[in-house]
Amino acid sequence: MNKKIVALTAATAIALAGLAACSGGSGSGSDTGQVYFLNFKPEVADVWEAIAKDYTAETGVSVKVVTAASGTYEQTLTSEIAKSDAPTVFQINGPVGYANWKDYTADLTDSDLYKHLSDQTLAITGADGGVYGIPYVVEGYGIIYNDAIMKKYFALADQKSGLTDATEIQSFDQLKTVVEDMTAHKADLGIQGVFSNTSLKPGDDWRWQTHLMNVPLYYEFKDSNVDLSAGTPATIKFSYADGFKKLFDLYLDNSTVEKTQLGSKTVDEAMAEFALGQSAMVQNGNWGWSQVAGVAGNTVLAEDVHFLPLYIGVSGEKSQGLCIGTENYFSINKDASAADQQASLDFLYWVFSSDKGKDYVANQLGFIAPFDTFATGEGPSDPLATEVSSWMAKDGVTSVPWVFSVMPSQDWKNNFGGELLTYAQGSTDWATVVSDTVADWATQAKAAAEAAG
Amino acid sequence: MRVSKYIKKWFPLFALPTTAAFFLAFLIPFGMGIYLSFTSFRTVTDAKWVGLSNYVTAFTENSDFLHALWFSVRFTLVSVVTVNVIAFAFALLLTRAIRATNIFRAVFFLPNLIGGIVLAYVWQLIINGVLGKLFQQDLTYSPAYGFWGLVVVVNWQMIGYMMIIYIAGLQNVPGDVLEAADIDGAGFWARLFQVTIPMVAGSITICTFLTLTNSLKLFDQNLALTAGAPNHQTEGVSLNIYRTFYNIRNHMGVGQAKAVIFFVIVAAIAFVQLRATRSKEEEG
Repeated sequence: MNKKIVALTAATAIALAGLAACSGGSGSGSDTGQVYFLNFKPEVADVWEAIAKDYTAETGVSVKVVTAASGTYEQTLTSEIAKSDAPTVFQINGPVGYANWKDYTADLTDSDLYKHLSDQTLAITGADGGVYGIPYVVEGYGIIYNDAIMKKYFALADQKSGLTDATEIQSFDQLKTVVEDMTAHKADLGIQGVFSNTSLKPGDDWRWQTHLMNVPLYYEFKDSNVDLSAGTPATIKFSYADGFKKLFDLYLDNSTVEKTQLGSKTVDEAMAEFALGQSAMVQNGNWGWSQVAGVAGNTVLAEDVHFLPLYIGVSGEKSQGLCIGTENYFSINKDASAADQQASLDFLYWVFSSDKGKDYVANQLGFIAPFDTFATGEGPSDPLATEVSSWMAKDGVTSVPWVFSVMPSQDWKNNFGGELLTYAQGSTDWATVVSDTVADWATQAKAAAEAAG
Repeated sequence: MRVSKYIKKWFPLFALPTTAAFFLAFLIPFGMGIYLSFTSFRTVTDAKWVGLSNYVTAFTENSDFLHALWFSVRFTLVSVVTVNVIAFAFALLLTRAIRATNIFRAVFFLPNLIGGIVLAYVWQLIINGVLGKLFQQDLTYSPAYGFWGLVVVVNWQMIGYMMIIYIAGLQNVPGDVLEAADIDGAGFWARLFQVTIPMVAGSITICTFLTLTNSLKLFDQNLALTAGAPNHQTEGVSLNIYRTFYNIRNHMGVGQAKAVIFFVIVAAIAFVQLRATRSKEEEG
């Protein structure tokens, strides 16, 4: 009997020793340090691996790249950062991400990468004034239109818009007139709907619950001078809900797909409809070009795709530009050894400043990188990215920043998306959507504000 | 005597791998899980004790968790009945002397070999196709669609497996007992309810237990078929726990608390069910 107990104790001891081995020890041995890059974008995982390989070949510093599966970055980071061999470079999605991870982010004020950031207000700063996240890509979104179809419409003898070109659309009312008249001429234009389907399948509703919602939130925060660097505001009024509804209704009523069938539609399908010329417009961002170009039987020419801003009928919206910003910030793990931290900074700076690195960034990652190390013309060449750059440079036009990064949580976005779906199906009225969404914001913002352990 | 002495001596060594695995993969995580439900944490090695507040939040924050519990209970009631009745009917049919019973058994069993996610996606396409053609609607249009869609998917998946268990049970019913019932003048239904069913009570216990716990714990089919749409109305408990844990900020502890509550409920229901059906089993 005694022996049995001894053996069981031994078994337990071995088990515990195994656990201890998992959590003990930290840092690396070598003096040069090493880089562990936890990549956020699965679609460019191969490119980062190639960059890492080239960098190691050139400098001898080892770079480990791990990519989190789509939509699981927070989970992966949560489990990876608890390990002894934790990521030295990870990514946060904005002020909210910073609030989540501030115990792990190092101050980057003195880093080369920060010094070369073309607009330093874009960086994430902490309450102490330190810099804790550096944006490495800016992206823009709006309504993408196919100018070939638009030209066909404006050439129609009986078109009622009074305009002659899509670039003349500079307000919601003009957009509405054009879109509704185009719907009346659907057969002449050979399209199934002006807009691609309003994809509201759970997980595919981000174009509305996050991206479109950005515009009314931007105006609301601007009106009340909300300080966004403080993280999620405790409440919202959704004071521009009517504007949201106007544009959303326009999407729903002039679409390729019936309102009652949107719960099973995806963004991929919406982009495919656009690529095949079944629709003339689709709300999405510059990342959508590869999707459009990749559809078999794609009829859209590169020179025909352009952007329109998301007009929601606010006065003076003529000067409103595209929604431009980023959800991608680099942070350095402050618990990593000093050598590893320096190696990580050197690696990042190399990627965004050396000729080889810049070539990868512009041509393979397709990033519009916000650093002054990039001369004009060194940016990516795809048509939508070029459009974003030219909208940013337009005189008299102000870009709408991405304020959606202060939304309280993924759950809030999903709940709002669910409300939009039932609104489209006709089972929830708009007043309920607005009141539920405002109430849910307050609840989730409160949960987010409670200190994490 | 000598043999049992050796067993006693060497038992701990041979049991060591399993014991270690049991500790590592079950007992320690389980204990940690219970501990974490009383804390606020971001990473599991970095937790702060908060007492019962997670359990309070789970019920008071909104009605989603209670709604999810009720959804799972309703779903379980329906699917336990449908899966077992249909599986038993197939088993009866396929233990008769008809041609090609083996092929039929294989065909009915096959859906069980397909993973829940794949199965649910395939059914999502089928159901959306039908609803779209008939009513211009889809699965998310009404919670009833999602509920019954889920019942169909789970039936499709579990019937084959339960059928095999019932077939094994039915084949063990002695022919002479059935013959005696025939001679005594028992009709089909009398023979079924008074002879066959009492004789396969053991299979019924196993099958009800499996369908009950699997339906309560249902996750992947739920996620793939509706993901809770519309507005979490077709969300089961497992999906609600997953959403709480990963999608609501600072709610990992709350998700953990919900998981502990759920464990207690599943364990209690399964225990009651086992006691109830066991008592009806014939003592072999």
